Amino acid sequence: MNAAWAMESLLALSQQEELEDLPKDYPLSPSEDEGDVEERKHQKLLEAIHSLDGKNRWKLAERSEASLKVSEFNVTSEGSGEKLVLSDLLRPVKTSSSLAAVKKQLNRVKSKKTVELPLNKEEVEQIHREVAFNKTSQALSKWDPIVLKNRQGEQLIFPLKKEQSAFAPIEHVLSGWKARTPLEQEIFNLLHKNKQPVTDPLLTPVDKASLKAMSLEEAKMRRAELQRARALQSYYEARARREKKIKSKKYHTVLKKGKAKKALKEFEKLQKDNPTAALEELEKIEKARMMERMSLKHQNSGKWAKSKTIMAKYDLEARQAMQEQLARNKELTQKLQVASESEEEEGGVEEEGELLVPESMNEIQMNADGPNPWMLRNHSTSTKESEIQDPVQLPEPVVHKTSESEEEDRPEAEEEILLNEFEERQSLRKKSGPNQDTEPVGRQEPKDSSSQEVLSELRVLSQKLNKENQSGKQKLSSARTVRAVQRKDPTEEEEEPLLLQRPERAQTVKELEELGKEGSFQNKEVPRSVLERQKLERSTNNEPGAPKEKKKKEQMIDVQNLLTTKSPSVKSLAVPTTIEKLEDEEERDQKQMIKEAFAGDDVIRDFLKEKREAVEASKPKDVDLTLPGWGEWGGVGLKPSAKKRRWFLIKTPEGPPRKDKNLPNVIINEKRNVHPAAHQVRVLPYPFTYHQQFERTIQTPIGSTWNTQRAFQKLITRKVVTKPGHIIKPIKAEDVCYRSSSRSDLSVVQRNLKQLSIHHKKQRKKTLD
Amino acid sequence: MKVKMLSRNPDNYVRETKLDLQIVPRNYDPTLHPFEVPREYVRALNATKLERVFAKPFLASLDGHRDGVNCLAKHPKSLATVLSGACDGEVRIWNLTKRKCIRTIQAHEGFVRGICTRFCGTSFFTVGDDKTVKQWKMDGPGYGEEEEPLHTILGKTVYTGIDHHWKEAVFATCGQQVDIWDEQRTSPVCSMTWGLDSISSVKFNPIETFLLGSCASDRNIVLYDMRQATPLKKVILDMRTNTICWNPMEAFIFTAANEDYNLYTFDMRALDTPVMVHMDHVSAVLDVDYSPTGKEFVSASFDKSIRIFPLDKSRSREVYHTKRMQHVICVKWTSDSKYIMCGSDEMNIRLWKANASEKLGVLTSREKAANDYNQKLKEKFQHHPQIKRIARHRHLPKSIYSQIQEQRIMKEARRRKEVNRLKHSKPGSVSIVSEKKKHVVAVVK
Repeated sequence: MNAAWAMESLLALSQQEELEDLPKDYPLSPSEDEGDVEERKHQKLLEAIHSLDGKNRWKLAERSEASLKVSEFNVTSEGSGEKLVLSDLLRPVKTSSSLAAVKKQLNRVKSKKTVELPLNKEEVEQIHREVAFNKTSQALSKWDPIVLKNRQGEQLIFPLKKEQSAFAPIEHVLSGWKARTPLEQEIFNLLHKNKQPVTDPLLTPVDKASLKAMSLEEAKMRRAELQRARALQSYYEARARREKKIKSKKYHTVLKKGKAKKALKEFEKLQKDNPTAALEELEKIEKARMMERMSLKHQNSGKWAKSKTIMAKYDLEARQAMQEQLARNKELTQKLQVASESEEEEGGVEEEGELLVPESMNEIQMNADGPNPWMLRNHSTSTKESEIQDPVQLPEPVVHKTSESEEEDRPEAEEEILLNEFEERQSLRKKSGPNQDTEPVGRQEPKDSSSQEVLSELRVLSQKLNKENQSGKQKLSSARTVRAVQRKDPTEEEEEPLLLQRPERAQTVKELEELGKEGSFQNKEVPRSVLERQKLERSTNNEPGAPKEKKKKEQMIDVQNLLTTKSPSVKSLAVPTTIEKLEDEEERDQKQMIKEAFAGDDVIRDFLKEKREAVEASKPKDVDLTLPGWGEWGGVGLKPSAKKRRWFLIKTPEGPPRKDKNLPNVIINEKRNVHPAAHQVRVLPYPFTYHQQFERTIQTPIGSTWNTQRAFQKLITRKVVTKPGHIIKPIKAEDVCYRSSSRSDLSVVQRNLKQLSIHHKKQRKKTLD
Repeated sequence: MKVKMLSRNPDNYVRETKLDLQIVPRNYDPTLHPFEVPREYVRALNATKLERVFAKPFLASLDGHRDGVNCLAKHPKSLATVLSGACDGEVRIWNLTKRKCIRTIQAHEGFVRGICTRFCGTSFFTVGDDKTVKQWKMDGPGYGEEEEPLHTILGKTVYTGIDHHWKEAVFATCGQQVDIWDEQRTSPVCSMTWGLDSISSVKFNPIETFLLGSCASDRNIVLYDMRQATPLKKVILDMRTNTICWNPMEAFIFTAANEDYNLYTFDMRALDTPVMVHMDHVSAVLDVDYSPTGKEFVSASFDKSIRIFPLDKSRSREVYHTKRMQHVICVKWTSDSKYIMCGSDEMNIRLWKANASEKLGVLTSREKAANDYNQKLKEKFQHHPQIKRIARHRHLPKSIYSQIQEQRIMKEARRRKEVNRLKHSKPGSVSIVSEKKKHVVAVVK
């Protein structure tokens, strides 16, 4: 039906259009003929078809009556019953874009509802306030860390900002100051002349100029050099000062000797190189000798020498000193300069003679080829120094010597090594042992309190060594100059016995070590064993009586006994009820079972034991005032007699009966003192969570009696420190490194006010509109 | 022969100067110094007793006013200078070292309601009942000159308080509203209101200087932001707040002196619960001022006493009173944190020590060390009953003492009633409100 209706309307349309078209097309030229008409018709048809499905199909008005107004475009508002929509008017020109925008605008206008009323003043203000408050509180929260720090900090020192006193540079001070007195003027003149800088006296202008002229690296190097030079200078100064201060005569004699030797060497060198100069030197020496001869030095006329001559009768040392003196005199006054060296050596030997050291020690020096500085120093410095000297240093020169010396010397060197090792060990042991005296006889041998035998062994060893070296030594002492020639012989002679004896000697050294160890071991062991024995004795003495009794007692209070027998102490316990029930066999079995189940923990017995101990502890004890050894023989193993003990034993009277005497299930502690309770803290104070914490704080003392001064100072620091007479200003953002807002508050106020007023005006306008 | 002698380094036993202490070598072996705790306890006890013995806080009374002292102000640059305004319109400037009045001005007719100094210390401002704000020079007039204010601003309403900005030439007055003035102008730069009641005091925040706090007689405390020219928040308490004071070390903390005998310390970011309620007074608290260290504050009360509270304690550590001191209207803590001044009804300004037993004057280092040690000992043993008892003991006038007892009874009764109510009502229907929350009625945004 629909289709039929559509067809009808189509037809009608086509007819109508034909009718309509006629007047329209009229003005058109007839040349535009049927083809064109047909096309148009076709289009019309298409349009009609299009309009079929669309909602906005034209309802074409039918003229039912005559009307004066006939629309030109066949558009009438009457009869359609629809509202005219604005956008419909524009439909034919759909394609143009500029109009589409207008349409959009129109749509938007249409979609907007009525404008709302502005918020009332209170609400606006509230919003303002809230925003402002949030802003402010955010701004304030930047202070949180500082506030927290200040609250928790160990110490707060006010005023926070320290006013630093401005230091005026010295130039400013000096420029304002004039030299008045002549002395000052003179000094100023001097300073100005030398261009001495006032502030930095280390670098003169010349230095500065040179520094400027140099590159950076050069300058650095130069400065480093200067620094080094300065350091060296100061070092030498210090050393010279130190050396000057040394009072030891020995040191100075050695120093003199060294100097003399050096001079001699130089002299010899000079002799070779420049004989004329050497002659002059010789003259000088001769002159010195003459002076010496003229003077009465080193004669027997001095005060010291006289005293020594008196002493020489009795004292070997004094005699030796005398001889030494004389030898020195001879040496100084002798005309020959060739033999002086050996003479000196002899003197040295004699010196050493007075120190009754095992000869082997001296041998080390004697055997040395050249003057060994280490050994020399060893001899010259006092015993104290030698003790302090590091034992590690010793082997080095020895090794050095062995490498220098010829093969023949090796055995001797080996002996020395052995000896040195021994010394090392000794010194090590000495270090380890705290209480050890140095033996008056030996310089370097410490006397081990435990090892007398070791020393004796050492002596034996040294004697042996002496014997071996004696032949060599004799020749050495006779003359040095011949030594190189003679050297072979003693070594040849020595070699056989050395080879024979070497293992033995090694053994001895080992033995020595072992001995030492054993000695120490024995020392340790002996007391222990003694102690043990003593203990044993004691136990045998004391135990047999007492523990047996104890055992007896324990047996008495054994649970089995408790359950079976009626012991007097248990009578009033709760146990007797069980005893009564014992008649019943089943219950007995049950008991047995329970007993088996709780075999391990016996509560009753434990409690009883505890109580007994408490009672024992609270009983007043007898005082024994016996002093062993008074009025009778005393000593190890002796005991004061029984009578005496009885005499001096003070028996304390029995105290009042215990409160829990008749209460078998209770232990009442009678020791507790009620008086201190008034001074004790009852409740755990606030910041503490455990009583241990609190107790710990109380138990750590603060006072300087228990703490070092520094710790004390630290412990008593005050939380807030203020300076008297100083104004404390409120904390500032600048003080704590915050940047405060640069704009002033007032300018902001004024600006904001303007904005606000503008805002208000606008609002008012709007509301008025 | 070598003579061996003992040789010691003289540095170890020779004093540098005659005044130095002898060096005494000590052995710190604890076995040689037994009984640490009992000995220190005794020392602490003695220190506490001595502290009480030497507690003489009253220093001086400055008399000269012919009416009650209504307001006090500190000089920002000079510790010795104090300004005071009285109820007869007279302003006096005092020298504390001489304890004398150095200048007298008849500033207003009627009360001098508020007085404040400029941050530079060259001039000061007063407001009075005659609706004027006057600026005065700190130095007195020359010979032959008349005592005249630098500026006079005639207002429309009575001003009840004044405070000066801490950095700029701006001051704030309060009355019907809070006005912010530029010193150069005769009309306020901006005026802020919230509610219609009269505002009794206004204070600038000393750290974040754009913040202001005020308290009005309709029981509220209002905070303002000067830069944004708006109030920020308002908290309403049980009763009227008389004054507030900002903490000079903690920007967001202020303390309010309330009519209900308590002081409330607030964090301005969270006004719904005070950080601490300080209660010990037995009458309205009229004024409060912080110590410049920000650790303590002092409060003046209508009960004729002043009390010192630690910031984090709800009970006071000290109470000062004299027989002749009447209702204390204003109180100030001096800028060196050593002294307290209070002005009271009976026309006197009193000077107190902030630490009652502190020795005045220069201390030797040994005295200082001894003081510090004693202080630490007292702190260490503060929980021990005897020491606590002695340290807490104060003599109080009979009126205050009896009132305290009365208050205690009342409080206990209230608490008991609350507990009973809780006990006899359906679980969950009644809840116990904490002391802190009890006094805050509302927070208005």
